[in-house]
Amino acid sequence: MRGFIKKKDFKDILKDGISIMVGGFLTNGTPETLIDYVVESKVKNLTIICNDGGYEDKGVGKLIVNNQVRKLIASHIGTNPYVGQLMQEGKIEVELVPQGTLAERIRAFGAGLGGILTPTGLDTIVESNKQVLEVNGKKYLLEEPLGADLALLGGAVVANNGNLKYKETMRNFNPVMATAAEIVVVEPFIRVEEIDPEDVITPYPFVDYILVGDDNE
Amino acid sequence: MNEKEVIASRIALELKEGDLVNLGIGIPTLVADYVPEDKHVTFQAENGIIGLGPLTDEETNIVNAGGMKATIKKGGAFIDSTLSFTFIRGGHIDVTVLGALEVDQEGSIASWIIPGKKVPGMGGAMDLVTGAKKVIIALKHTNKGQSKVLKKCTLPLTAAHQANLIVTEMAVLSVEKSGLKLLEVHPDYTVEDVIKATEAELIIDNVVPMKGVAI
Repeated sequence: MRGFIKKKDFKDILKDGISIMVGGFLTNGTPETLIDYVVESKVKNLTIICNDGGYEDKGVGKLIVNNQVRKLIASHIGTNPYVGQLMQEGKIEVELVPQGTLAERIRAFGAGLGGILTPTGLDTIVESNKQVLEVNGKKYLLEEPLGADLALLGGAVVANNGNLKYKETMRNFNPVMATAAEIVVVEPFIRVEEIDPEDVITPYPFVDYILVGDDNE
Repeated sequence: MNEKEVIASRIALELKEGDLVNLGIGIPTLVADYVPEDKHVTFQAENGIIGLGPLTDEETNIVNAGGMKATIKKGGAFIDSTLSFTFIRGGHIDVTVLGALEVDQEGSIASWIIPGKKVPGMGGAMDLVTGAKKVIIALKHTNKGQSKVLKKCTLPLTAAHQANLIVTEMAVLSVEKSGLKLLEVHPDYTVEDVIKATEAELIIDNVVPMKGVAI
């Protein structure tokens, strides 16, 4: 862990055109404060990687509504009608990825794998422009690893040294995203002194910064 | 019972003691209400719950895969998305029940996109129908008079050849190598009614009244 970070330092990390992974599932476990700071920063042309498109007023939906997103990589966009509207107007590129494939592509990047082989998506639109490989007589799609410049994690119980576990269902994509970005920033849901080593889900070396209160920004 | 309840209660009979089950959004979610308490079935939610319990109005950070406030059963576990899809893709889910826009006699399923109209995305559906041991499709038999049980799906597929059982308000059909077999018909309808409402070709051999439906 590199240390604690305040609003201003966090905003300094943000740049136009970067890719950002955002944890959460239909905004459960999404770091809303960090997203608000990205909205305030007005950075543009972002690539957002998230399970879904959030809602118009919640989660990564806020970035989309603010027209900061050039490309969205997600498994589901049905809860945010604005995404569909922007797609029709050609103002956003959306790559829809089966949810398990999304998780595994991120895991592959974090684990240094060259990709994954999965039958999910065979004989569907998902297969277009992808290699189909046969292993022991079974067909698989080759899905490439997926990493990002920045990962924003939420739902976390944060120990002082940066060890994390997650509250209830807010775990979802957060632990895997912690492994697959150049810089990982955590918005604590709860702060604790320490976490029992047996209970740590994301060990501190994966964590770069922990957001702390912006008393004097 | 309304049509959705008929479908959900009939599907509940398919779940066996000890099964690990993933229910999709919509009619499939209702299936849990019809599983008797003495039958031990564990529900998985792909956002990360083994042992999903009923919905709740109380303040909680626990949600189901539809983002609705939910509960976890005693003895349950919270898991992350990669482990959740290890369950789903690795063949550890005994049964998945999903809705669909269309299903066909070869067991192909279309459920995630109506090109030019609606593109909600596939979520976890493609993984579920590909990885689960048994795939049950729950849907209304027709939409505005048009059959949803087809010879061949017209919409982009969620997966090819993955459906095992189709349950509608009219009938129960199983996808066999030889074709689509009509197993049961709801007492409100005749076999002729089902044939008329179905675009797919049906194998009709020994049809019985729909199980679990009070006449």
